[in-house]
Amino acid sequence: MKEINDMQGMAGQARHDKSAMGHTLKGTGADHDKFKMKGAQSLIEALLHEGVDTIFGYPGGQAIPIYDALYDYKDKLNHILVRHEQGATHAAQGYARVSGKVGVTLVTSGPGVANTITGIADAMMDSTPIVVIAGQVPSNLLGTDAFQEVDVIGVTLPISKWAYQVRHAEEIPWAVARAFYIASTGRPGPVVLDIAKNAQVGIVDYRPVSIDHIRSYIPVPDMEPERIAEAAQLIDAAQKPLALVGQGVILGNAEKELLDFLRKADIPAASTVLGLSALPSDEPLNVGMLGMHGNVAPNLKTNECDVLIAIGIRFDDRVTGDLNSYAKQAKIIHFDVDPAEIDKNVKVDIPILGNAKETLAAVVKLLKENKHTAWRDEFKAPWEKEIQVVINKELHPGTGPLTMGEVVHKVSEATGHDAVLVTDVGQNQMMGVRYFQFKQTRSVVTSGGLGTMGYGLPAAIGAKFGAPERTVCLFTGDGGLQMTIQELGTIMQSNVDVKIILLNNDYLGMVRQWQELFWQERYSETLMQNPDFIKIAAAYNIPGRLVSEREELDEAIREMLETKGPYLLEAKVVRKGMVYPMVPAGSAVTNIILG
Amino acid sequence: MEEINDNQGIAGQARNDDNEKTLYTITIFSENMVGLLNQVTIIFTRRGLNIETLSVSPSAIEGIHKFTITAFSERDDIEKIVKQIDKRVDIVKAYYNTDEDLVFQEIALYKVSTQKLLSLDSIEGIVRRYNARILDMTEVWVILEKTGHYDETQALFKELSEKIGVLQFIRSGRVAITKSKVERLSDMLAAMEEKLNRKPTIHNY
Repeated sequence: MKEINDMQGMAGQARHDKSAMGHTLKGTGADHDKFKMKGAQSLIEALLHEGVDTIFGYPGGQAIPIYDALYDYKDKLNHILVRHEQGATHAAQGYARVSGKVGVTLVTSGPGVANTITGIADAMMDSTPIVVIAGQVPSNLLGTDAFQEVDVIGVTLPISKWAYQVRHAEEIPWAVARAFYIASTGRPGPVVLDIAKNAQVGIVDYRPVSIDHIRSYIPVPDMEPERIAEAAQLIDAAQKPLALVGQGVILGNAEKELLDFLRKADIPAASTVLGLSALPSDEPLNVGMLGMHGNVAPNLKTNECDVLIAIGIRFDDRVTGDLNSYAKQAKIIHFDVDPAEIDKNVKVDIPILGNAKETLAAVVKLLKENKHTAWRDEFKAPWEKEIQVVINKELHPGTGPLTMGEVVHKVSEATGHDAVLVTDVGQNQMMGVRYFQFKQTRSVVTSGGLGTMGYGLPAAIGAKFGAPERTVCLFTGDGGLQMTIQELGTIMQSNVDVKIILLNNDYLGMVRQWQELFWQERYSETLMQNPDFIKIAAAYNIPGRLVSEREELDEAIREMLETKGPYLLEAKVVRKGMVYPMVPAGSAVTNIILG
Repeated sequence: MEEINDNQGIAGQARNDDNEKTLYTITIFSENMVGLLNQVTIIFTRRGLNIETLSVSPSAIEGIHKFTITAFSERDDIEKIVKQIDKRVDIVKAYYNTDEDLVFQEIALYKVSTQKLLSLDSIEGIVRRYNARILDMTEVWVILEKTGHYDETQALFKELSEKIGVLQFIRSGRVAITKSKVERLSDMLAAMEEKLNRKPTIHNY
């Protein structure tokens, strides 16, 4: 055992060796590597050094030096001018979710950065790697209630993975390197850099900085071989194993390892909303979606399986319902990169810390080949029931007004089930994730944890920049669309090819649904008087079409997909549509309302 | 100067409410960065947990600060809180202990009237019984110091305030040392150093 005095030595060294602070200076050190430049320019250089090619932002007083520096980098850095800073953060999220890269937002101080709060909180809940760069008043004015000053660090600390105030120009390359390292490693999340004006205009000798460790930060905990062996043993012995797939699989690039795992042991798997598209929709082992509006079979079987294998999920209450009756019969194995998720909501028998890509591969190596034919067959009956009672009615209503589900289904079909699905929040979201289908990973962009209305339109813009070769379909509602509708201006100015499908029922549909089911049909403030959305789109030079007849739907979808550039398809859907099945909030996952 | 009569105080009240809960001592090692305390306290705020005592100072390891926080809680909650603190990027290590694992002290200062103190039968008796000491005195006041556990510093407060009144009173947060031989942080830092040295190349981002 080491004694305290020895540690002193280590500390003394740390003082002199900046690498102990996670600060590794790269570059050759030759004079030609040094460039005298303003802090603002060093920020742009540092962003380029991180591989950034797209920024979503909005200028303002305390960010002018950065925007001025940006002016000389137009050929290297594509800045997308949004219409509201919230939109910039959601766009960065959409970009990050489909591309796997860090999304970047650039805004000014005070109201500018205050407007990013919703996006930062959203990215924190959904583990989305974004870096929000905000201008700040000069250091000498900090704390004086200066014009457009807000305590950014104080406000964003609880909702970000890391928040740091830069007060000196020399700190910028280091802070940027650290921000990207933190945002993108381990369990990803939002990072906020608050850059004082004086740091932006101060002169630095720029040298690129790269960071590959921070001493106080363990992004991926070490894998524990004993646990891996225990898990393999338990899975081998399982008669009725069920795997739950979360976004951790996608964030860890573990899609292939997941399939290997499921196939080798013949385990049926269900996804959380954010885990969707990790498995292709037509994968035979894919038994659907979990949670409040998930599929009947996996929800029921959660409480019948003997071993529950949760991979990169955080047991959100919308997935588990009542915890006291959740999977009590099962042994639970939990794969996660974040130790704080272990036992947070559900007590687990075997925690497997680490990156799913590595931990799954390690378990697969030890697993026996297995067959669970009888168990897998048990999923068929509840599936049949759901198809009969819920899905057929929603997708093939025959007569009456358009349903939300049929619109989603037809768009998914028309895109060959290979488009990126972006949703807003509410009924449009649940219908979107229920009925859109996926062929490849990273195909779902939705606000899962925070449930942010207004997320959809800007997130779709970001998604298009993140995956320019893919078709991006946004499903939104009349409520959510109007929360960030100004981003139609961004779509116009940057000619963003986003297919917007507005499921318009003139209601805040999900709240209305709850009012109908649980609040005695007292529709308090959920009815909306809406504008002519097609005219609004037209004002932004975005073509569109209003569809209310079933016969027109296919043709309208074709027109939308054949149109180059953005398009608004407004579907007048059934006014009091319901999303079923539904597990009421706080009740057991087996307590399912089918309609 | 007014005397402090209500020797229970708000803290005493809170203690009574938390009777069924255990007092946990949370030890946190962190980088010395602006806003670190805030990063720690917001995690208590979110879960609605009161901090009973708090003490922060540079640790034995240069550049690293040590927090000692006590709070009444249930084990399940304290475990989650500690994990969430540990998860913060600038926190090097966080863990929790119960009193049995620790040697701990608080320090208390008492200002009393010199005249009233002299009126006691035996100043020596009090000082000796409580193992207190006199730090400073004037014609008007005397400052006593006592280190010990909460109950011990509280007992002296109670006796003084009942007998002669206390003009001013302050008690520090707890400082604690684990009964194990080494700070756990040293193992962790050593392991990290080793891990870094094992790395073949540093890759660029």
